[in-house]
Amino acid sequence: MSAAPQKAKAGAEKIAVTVSAVVPLNDLVTRFEFTRTDGADFPPFSAGAHTVVEMRDGDRTRLNPYSLMSDPADRSIYAISVRRDDQGRGGSLFMHTNVKVGDQMTLTYPVNLFPLDLRAKKHVFFAGGIGITPFKAMIAQLEQSNGNWELHYACRTPALGTYADELAEKYANKVHIYYDDQSQAIPLEDLLDGQPLGTHIYVCGPAGMIDWVHATATAHGWPSENVHSEEFLAPQPGKPFEVRLCQSDITIQVGEHESLLEAMERCGVDAPFLCRGGACGQCETDVVEADGEFVHRDHWLDDEDHASGKKIMPCVSRFIGKTLVLDR
Amino acid sequence: MTIQFNNETFRDDYSFRNSDWAIKRFPFPFHEDSYMYSVNMEQHRGGPEGSVYEKRFDVDEHYLSEMRDRALVLADDPLRCQSLPHMTLAGWDTLELIMVSKSEDYPDLFELHRDGNRWRWVNKPMGIDQTFTFLDETTLPCGPLEYITRQTQGDFAVLDQRDEMLWMDAGMVTTQADWSLDFDIGMNFFEWHAPVPLAHEMGIFKRALKFLLNVQQGAPARRLNWTMTVNPLLDTSPENYHKWGIQKTTLTPENIGAKQHLRVELQTFFRLPRSNALLFPIRCYLIAFQDIVTVPKWGRRLHRVVRDLPEELATYKGFIANRPMMLDYLGQYDDGLPTSPGVWPDLGTEPPLQK
Amino acid sequence: MSKFQFPESIASRPVYGTLEPRPGKAHLMIADAEGAEAILDLAAQDAGLMAKTHIIYIPKGTDFAEALRALEPAQFYEGPSYAASVQRIRKVLGDAHMGLQVYLAGTEGLMGQAMNEAVSAGIPASAIQTEHRGSIARRMQCVHCKGITEDVTTDPFVCSHCGLNLFVRDHYSRRLAAFQGVCIDAEDPGNVPAPVELYK
Repeated sequence: MSAAPQKAKAGAEKIAVTVSAVVPLNDLVTRFEFTRTDGADFPPFSAGAHTVVEMRDGDRTRLNPYSLMSDPADRSIYAISVRRDDQGRGGSLFMHTNVKVGDQMTLTYPVNLFPLDLRAKKHVFFAGGIGITPFKAMIAQLEQSNGNWELHYACRTPALGTYADELAEKYANKVHIYYDDQSQAIPLEDLLDGQPLGTHIYVCGPAGMIDWVHATATAHGWPSENVHSEEFLAPQPGKPFEVRLCQSDITIQVGEHESLLEAMERCGVDAPFLCRGGACGQCETDVVEADGEFVHRDHWLDDEDHASGKKIMPCVSRFIGKTLVLDR
Repeated sequence: MTIQFNNETFRDDYSFRNSDWAIKRFPFPFHEDSYMYSVNMEQHRGGPEGSVYEKRFDVDEHYLSEMRDRALVLADDPLRCQSLPHMTLAGWDTLELIMVSKSEDYPDLFELHRDGNRWRWVNKPMGIDQTFTFLDETTLPCGPLEYITRQTQGDFAVLDQRDEMLWMDAGMVTTQADWSLDFDIGMNFFEWHAPVPLAHEMGIFKRALKFLLNVQQGAPARRLNWTMTVNPLLDTSPENYHKWGIQKTTLTPENIGAKQHLRVELQTFFRLPRSNALLFPIRCYLIAFQDIVTVPKWGRRLHRVVRDLPEELATYKGFIANRPMMLDYLGQYDDGLPTSPGVWPDLGTEPPLQK
Repeated sequence: MSKFQFPESIASRPVYGTLEPRPGKAHLMIADAEGAEAILDLAAQDAGLMAKTHIIYIPKGTDFAEALRALEPAQFYEGPSYAASVQRIRKVLGDAHMGLQVYLAGTEGLMGQAMNEAVSAGIPASAIQTEHRGSIARRMQCVHCKGITEDVTTDPFVCSHCGLNLFVRDHYSRRLAAFQGVCIDAEDPGNVPAPVELYK
């Protein structure tokens, strides 16, 4: 119709925020709270949503997705909890060491890739470690609507059980904590067999835990529609490689510690994205020519796409070889 | 500007009329001299001043009369507004979005006063002043979706998003182009579009779905769709087709200019924040052929589009039998001159009819 | 042979498959008339299945009930009609746990209505297996009066509630478990073509 053509910008809409609190929770995890710099209320969000935090680290811009874990009913703040990863690419370390109360930062509007199925007759949550964060928001939302839920939360030790004591105290009958160092484990098979029809399960945690829940549920006759998971992948380092972007008509170098998407952005190419973790599908890019091997790491493309050599998700996937030409 | 609301009907004596203002701002859907399906999405972030694209929810001179017509349809058939049980939160999302948008975009017509969850809504044209508790259904006379869409022009489909799919799980549908909410509720995106010819094969719905699944909070989208209706009848429902279908046979060369209407849907898409559902308002604009041809560019172009439309589409849109008569009428307003690109009337620059 | 190959159609029209055993601690099979043959075929594939199975069967004048009983399912119920069986179906689904496998076989009307019960109970439609056997009659909803006409075998047909002449669409509602019937002579009252048998 072209009533007022506007080019869509990459990523979700942005919100300027001020860091209002930095709360260390244990040796590894710190909560960051934000208020809007313009003093207005935040947009409401649905539990399970994430925001992408923009970090100004010298002349480098880091963009990391984190689950919103504050109460969706509280529009005065957004909060995230960040686990420090000393071996990671530096985003979480930057948050832990550089971000102070009063700092100006930028968040994106919430995007939900891990929503509650509101038809569920019961919601059962399985959390591993820092995977507790989206469930904090889900529990708050369901408490408000008198939803039927329970939480099974596996942590390494009581000292590292982020929000474990708080949750267990507040919802004694619904929260079950399992500590690795006490050889406690989630009794998954028994839990799966006892649930009434219409139950949905949600898992957030390490990849191994997610795979375990999916595989066990399938073996126990659970439909895949009733099993939900979210795992954000952090881009992994790899050998530098060169890429030709034919629409933009430039050739760029992808460094060892940056993703292909980040390299495009560094070179001024406006590439679409939402989650930056291989889950949402926004950055899917067509391969024009390739002589080499793809290192696909996303959850978006299916095996057939991966094998075809015709598509790549530049947020997490890499390439080893001589020539790569992308339609971007 | 202050809108002068018409007192008119969309049934029986059909006293519906477009003012000159409404004709000039009509959302003419053809940007070139031919038409084929396309996803044709763009962002919904305003548009030229006074155009139907300017506000998030356009209010025009037909507002009060359309709301009266909706009330008549609902009194006759309450199944036109339905919401599956899990969609109540999306209903509140819809109410919030519309109340906030209308009170900001039309402060002279609508007011919203919020004190925590205690809200007061003032709709001056309809004479409504309602205080209620947000998220508490017992404080409204009906469900939140029905409440607000009885006060907002256009149909509303509310789509739940699950498993990489959209599901038509709630809606208010009284001005529809021949589809039934009562029949389609609960269907997925491909199922409710199943009767549409050609577009499936063209991959239109796959691409549209991919786009819509990614419509994000704060970044609404829009597109146009169109069909034809004899008489300015808003409620062209399948439910009542056995009553209104016969009107298609009442066209004559003498009355076609007044009776035959182009029916355009301004479809918009909003991600709803609390429920993660997608709101799909479908706003219907009607214009008589005799009013379209007062814009020379539109008269020329409409003739060419109707003439060259593939037979399947003319059949699906329900005017295959009347196409020859439509072409006889529209042909009088096509002098063969080229038309300027784009949808706008271009009254100042396009030449008057040369015959 | 009771199998019928439905012509390819639009996206809302259900597509039926062939029942196969799936993992699960409990199995519910609902069938009518020749649908029994699909269950017999299914049982033949997995000797252990019937010990965990509840069969609800509506014979509709056929004589497969004894053969089904001979499979020795954990529970067997023979109902005189779907309407008479539906309370039992709801009780079984209400008591069931996730992991229950549901198998539907027989006419489109039976499968559609039973599927609606299972979906309402919380099983996604895509996880419910179906296999068409027997009559190709359709369950039709009149879009005008909303009345359901069962076992429609011709196009057009007369709505058993309001008497309008309706043509048979392939557009299908899972929630209503019915195809859509639309007035055929709205634009030319009285001009109703002679009924033709479906799929002929």
